[in-house]
Parts: sequence; structure tokens; C-alpha cells
Amino acid sequence: MGSLVVVDKLTVRAGDATLVNALSFTIRPGEVLALIGESGSGKTTTALALMGHVRRGCEISDGSVRIGDKDVLSLGARQLRALRGRTVSYIAQSAAASFDPSRSIMDQVVEPTRIHGTMSRAKAEAKAVQLFRELALPNPDTIGQRYPHQVSGGQLQRLMAAMALITDPDLVILDEPTTALDVTTQIEVLRAFRRVVREHRATAVYVSHDLAVVAQMADHILVLRNGQAQEVNTTAGILTQPSHAYTRSLLAAARPAPHLAEQVEKGTLLLDVIELSAGYGAIDTQGQPASKILEDISFKLYKGQAIGVIGESGSGKTTLARAIAGLIAPCNGHILFKNRELKPEVHQRSKEELRRIQIVFQMADTALNPSQSIERILARPLQFYKGLKGPALQKRIHELLDLVQLPRSVAQRLPGGLSGGQKQRVNLARALAADPDLILCDEVTSALDTVVGAAVLELIGELRRELGVSYLFISHDLHTVKSVCDEIIVMQHGRKLDQVAHADFDRGPHHPYYELLAASVPELRQGWLDERDAADQAVLAA
Amino acid sequence: MTNSTHAARPDWPTLRRWRQRLVHFGLTGWLGLSIVFFWVVAAIFGPSLLSHSGDAYGGAVFAPISAAHWLGTDYLGRDMLSRVIEGARYTVGVAFVATLLASGSGTLLALLAAATGRWTDSVLSRVLDTLTAIPSKMFALLMVASFGSSVPMLIFAAAIIYLPGAYRIARSLAININALDYVTVARTRGEGTAYVMLHEILPNITGPMLADFGLRFVYVVLLLASLSFLGLGVQPPEADWGSLVRENIEVLADVGAAVIAPSIAIASLTIAVNLVIDNLPGRAARERGGR
Repeated sequence: MGSLVVVDKLTVRAGDATLVNALSFTIRPGEVLALIGESGSGKTTTALALMGHVRRGCEISDGSVRIGDKDVLSLGARQLRALRGRTVSYIAQSAAASFDPSRSIMDQVVEPTRIHGTMSRAKAEAKAVQLFRELALPNPDTIGQRYPHQVSGGQLQRLMAAMALITDPDLVILDEPTTALDVTTQIEVLRAFRRVVREHRATAVYVSHDLAVVAQMADHILVLRNGQAQEVNTTAGILTQPSHAYTRSLLAAARPAPHLAEQVEKGTLLLDVIELSAGYGAIDTQGQPASKILEDISFKLYKGQAIGVIGESGSGKTTLARAIAGLIAPCNGHILFKNRELKPEVHQRSKEELRRIQIVFQMADTALNPSQSIERILARPLQFYKGLKGPALQKRIHELLDLVQLPRSVAQRLPGGLSGGQKQRVNLARALAADPDLILCDEVTSALDTVVGAAVLELIGELRRELGVSYLFISHDLHTVKSVCDEIIVMQHGRKLDQVAHADFDRGPHHPYYELLAASVPELRQGWLDERDAADQAVLAA
Repeated sequence: MTNSTHAARPDWPTLRRWRQRLVHFGLTGWLGLSIVFFWVVAAIFGPSLLSHSGDAYGGAVFAPISAAHWLGTDYLGRDMLSRVIEGARYTVGVAFVATLLASGSGTLLALLAAATGRWTDSVLSRVLDTLTAIPSKMFALLMVASFGSSVPMLIFAAAIIYLPGAYRIARSLAININALDYVTVARTRGEGTAYVMLHEILPNITGPMLADFGLRFVYVVLLLASLSFLGLGVQPPEADWGSLVRENIEVLADVGAAVIAPSIAIASLTIAVNLVIDNLPGRAARERGGR
């Protein structure tokens, strides 16, 4: 059996930089090849090049791409248009950004058939409904009449798959299709994708940074780094016998880390949150806000402890951190810090209270002022809280950079000149500059690659051991939380459902929602999703 | 205590960014910059370098271009080149100060509105919106009619007229920056409103505000010229370019040098400033992720 896709010495350049360097691979019909690597490894660039497309400023300087009997890179603009959406289709990471909000879903799903004139509108709609059914979408007969904002993110991602599959393309490219989704949604989408890919015997390229997800989907895995193939093998081969050192480091970062957090002696009571409620919007006559995000949250955090807060998006975990930091005034309840009540708003709190609680945000890009050098960013809290200046200030800045394992040479650079992982380290260093007792970490590793994220988590663990800082660690990723925290608070719809101590992480019984979250984190082995399916079937049958 | 490191030594990244901006200037940018530079030099040093004085009478009225009078003479036989160069001081100077006032105070008020929010924002925005409703020439007329025409008066009137526009633009930029995490971090650190305004928000809106400054400068030049043309601006015997056009309007039909010279001066300044603006923040800067 011949190969459907043959890529030979593909090279993509942007100016002087080589994004993809002499990459060759083949895909046989009905196979799924995964491109895996960290951001900047050239995986999306490669995927786009399969459609003969490059982003602005880049050019395909060498090599060839053949799909079936077509030499993609030699096609003219008109022929490329005929190819895209018909022979090759693309599923992007953010479906929300890929749908036109002003047109109904059905209009957009059948659009490829209209552009390529493959079938009549009525037939296309019938086929779309059939695909909706296969993708396990709710109300497959009527969901097409809705508009993109009326369905959830996970559903939109599956609708986009329907759009890609409606022309029966020879090759489907999935570019990080589940990265932006919650774990429990991700599993639904993965399940649906896998079923259609199997049923349609589709040939696919699956781009991802998450090995555990890829293990469920792909037949072969190609590991990319800096635009070069490090290793190509069957999924089982990569998982069990990685031959390249980089593959091994990826595997190590993706495996559930041995719990870094050894039990730390509980110190004195640091933070005591008592029946906290908070929300947004106008305050009514009973003093309750229009939309309540947090209800009756109580927990205690001791010195040196790290508590993880876990929940899906919209569960109120970020609001909890903002309330503790004084950015949202609670409508009920108290926050005691070192047995003294914290005032509800930032400007009512003393400088000393503010210094002791620092917050680190998710998006390192927006958390650092792009017009200030790293030195200035780190110098400000030192000047502000401690009045350091001159050589003492310089010394402390260098100490901080050493602490977060950044070279001192970054001090003069602007944030724009740093990588995502480096920015997150600067972000941490700024919080540490205040010498705080408690750091509120809001999804600090969510925007980072697996390997980089693992390094940042390790750093967080080390800082805790060395400096004795406490953390309130907010994340949607159970795996992350388990590796740094010694207690986990599970939140859903603004309520605290469960609090799980370190010893009980993997030992039940827990709240069913915790079990669901735990069971939804993909495991790094083949066949995990099948087992999950079988287990769910058994539950349904019982 | 604030900014001791910062003040002790220039902020290198900022300087570097400015140098990069200049490097990205295209041919048109340099052309614009040199014309603006020419007029600025003319406004500052011009009158002392001239052999003729602008108020020397005598000689032929509306003389054509000659070796003695490079741009001819006006309706009283005064040297036109001297008149235009002396006028530059009024046009460029008054417009520059007025624009600086309008953009500067507009930006500051906008920063205050964005950083404080709530009622400060509402009050400032509504008051300034009301000002926008008054037509600019009408307002200038009103001011001149009530307080008489003088240079400070003209500057003040032009500044008030163009303040709301600058405020609107700066506010919409500042509100976006204000919602970013680094501003939130500064707030949770306990920073005051002034620090948030001047150190966190201002540096990130200077690019677009400078572009707006240039555009606003052009509007002010045109407003002053039209006021002078109506006889409400700079009063004779002093003259800015607008009044030069008006004084010599009668020769528009035949000779022209006396009326065309100041018109070209106005046009060249406004076009040059726009050329500079177009090159200022630059697409290159935006592609690098700057604003």
C-alpha cells in the first residue's frame, strides 16, 4: 500500500531563521500521524505547509509535499483553493475564533460543499446532520440552526470537525484541537474525534504538545524540536522505547510527577477563609451582588502549606484568588490573615499586609509591563516595600534572578525579548521580591509547554522548600496540582465540593466530581480512552 | 525613593526603542522630518538671519519674484520672504504650544479617568463630550469676541477646542491597558493612582498619542490660519501665514507669489507633519508586538 502523503525535505524559512529544517515523513491512508513538540518547534508551520500555506513573512524554500497524486507546492493559487477544504481540511485550535458569529452553524458547516460544488445543499445538510450524530452532538437535527455563541466550546470544536469532514477530505489536519478545553470537555471531544476518524478511515495529522492526548489518537508520532525531526516511530514504540534523549525528556515531563511535595510540617495558621461569598454586578437590597461567583467558601491555610484549588473554567477559582488579594470585595464572610481580619479592598489594606500576599497571573505576556525592563520590573517592589537602592538593590535583583534560575543578562531586556517560560519566571521573581508569606498562583503553568511548565513547577516546589512560602495554587489541571500541593480543594459552580489531603489523593472515596476530574486526565499509555469508554458503558448498563 | 535607579541613569530600552523607530523611517518620513525641521529653524532663527526686515516699507507693491525679493513683495511693498519666515514663529509656535497643551492635558485627564474609574471617569467624560458638541470655529469666535485677540488667548482657545478629542483617544487606549494584569499587579502592590497612571499606563500609550499629537497639530495650524484669514487671529502688523493669505488675497487672480507663498508654507508644514506621523509608530513596530 502506497503512502497518501509524502513530505520530502520540507524547509520553511522566515528571513534568516529556519522554522522547519529538511523534514521528511510519509503517512499511509487511514493513518493518524501526530506532530509533537514544544511551541516554536515548527509543528503548526509544518501542518500549514501541508496545505501549501505559510504564515506571513515565511516561505517554503525547499522540499516537496505530495498528497495523493498532487504536488502541493507546485500548485497555483486557484488550484490551491480547490485543494484546501476539499482534499485537505484544517481544524484549528480555537473554534470560537474560527466561526463567523453572524451566521448560523449549518450555513458554515455546509460551506465547503458549496465552495467546491460537491453536492446539493439538501444533501449536504443531511450529511452534516449525520456527522453531528456521529460526533455525539446534542440535538443533531436542530443544532445547525443555532449560532456559534449558543453552543459550548467543546461543541463548537466538534462542529468544526463536522465542517472539515463534510467534503470527505483525503487528509484532515487537527491543530491542537483540545488544548483550550477543560479536561472533562476534552475527553468528550477526543472521544468524538477518534470515533469519526476510525469510522471514516480518515488520514489525519494531529498537532499537539500533549503526549497523553496524542497517545489516544495517533498511530505514529513524529517528535519535532527546532524544526527538526528528532524521532519518528509508532505510538507504542515512542511510549515504551524512546530512542532520542529529547523524547525521553518529553515523556518524563508528561508522566504524573512523583509528588514533589513531601509533607511539610504545618506551621502556624496563616490564612483563614470563613464562609466567603463574592460576585460581580449591582448590589441588591440584601447586599448581594447580581451574579454570585463564590458561595460559602471556607478553608484554612497553614504556614509552609500549598493548597491547590481545582475546577473547570467558570468554577470561581480565579475569583477566590482575587477576593483574597483584595481585588473583589466579598459580600459575605471574612478573610483572616495571621488571625487579623483583612479589609475587603486593596486600598484599605496596609502596605505590610499587601506585601505578605502576592499574586502571580496566568498570562505572563500581560502580567509584565512591555515598556519596562526586567530590572525595573523587579526593582519596583524592592524600592516600594523595602526602600532598597543603589548596590543593595542591584544585589537583590541578581539574587532574585538566580533564585528563579534566569541568567543575569536578562535584566536589561524588555519582556518582549523573553520566552514564555522566562517571563513566567520573572513573574514569580517579582512576587518573591516582596518577600511574601503567601503567593496566589493563578494557572501559572497553563500557558506553558509541558517541558517548560514542568520546570516552572519544580521551581515552585524548590522555592517552597527553601523559603518556606505558602501557596494557593489555582489550576484546572489535576496532574499539576497533585505534583505541587499537599491539599486539594475541589470547586464547581462557585462552591467548595471537597477538600482532599495529600495522603488521600489517589485513595477514595471522594466527591464524585473529584473522581470525574481525576478520571478525565488522559494517561500516558495507549488504550486509556478505550478503557474509559468501556468503563462508562459498564456504568450505563448497570 | 521612587525611581531612584531609574532617575540615576537613563532608561536604555526606551532610548533603544526610539533609535529603532528612527531607523524604520522611510524616505517620506525623512522628507517630512526635514521640512518640519526647516520650519522650526525658520521660526527660531529665521528673523535674525534675514537681510530684509518684514516691516520695511517702500519699493514696488506686489513686485514679482526677483533677486532682491525672492518671493516678491506684498500689498505694502514689504519683502514676502521675510513676512513668511516671521509668520512661521506665530504659526508653528502657537500651534505647537496649543497642541502640547491640548494633548498633554487630554492625556493626563484620560489617565486619571482610566486609573480612577467610576464617577471621576463619568464626570470627566460627560463634561468633555459636551465641549465636543460646540463647533470649533464658533467656539474660537466666541472666545475672541469675549476676551479680544492675543497670542495667549489663541493658544488657550485652540487648546480647549482640541482637548476633548485627545482625551477620547487617550482614554480608550488607557482603559484597555488598565485592564491588563500588570496594572492589577501594581494595584495589589499598593501603588498609588499617580504611579499607575504615569509608570504603568502612560509608557504604553505614548506611541499612538504621539501620532495623535501630530494629527492634532495639523488641525490647530489650520484653525489658526482660518481664524487669521477671518481677521480674528494674529493682529497686524504682525502676521501669521493665515493673515498673510488674507492680506494679499486680491492678487490671487494675477500675480500670485504674495498669496501663494504663505499658502504653500501652510500646506508644506501640514503635509510634512503627516508624513512624519505615518512613519512614526510604524507597521514594523506593531508587528514586533508594540502598540
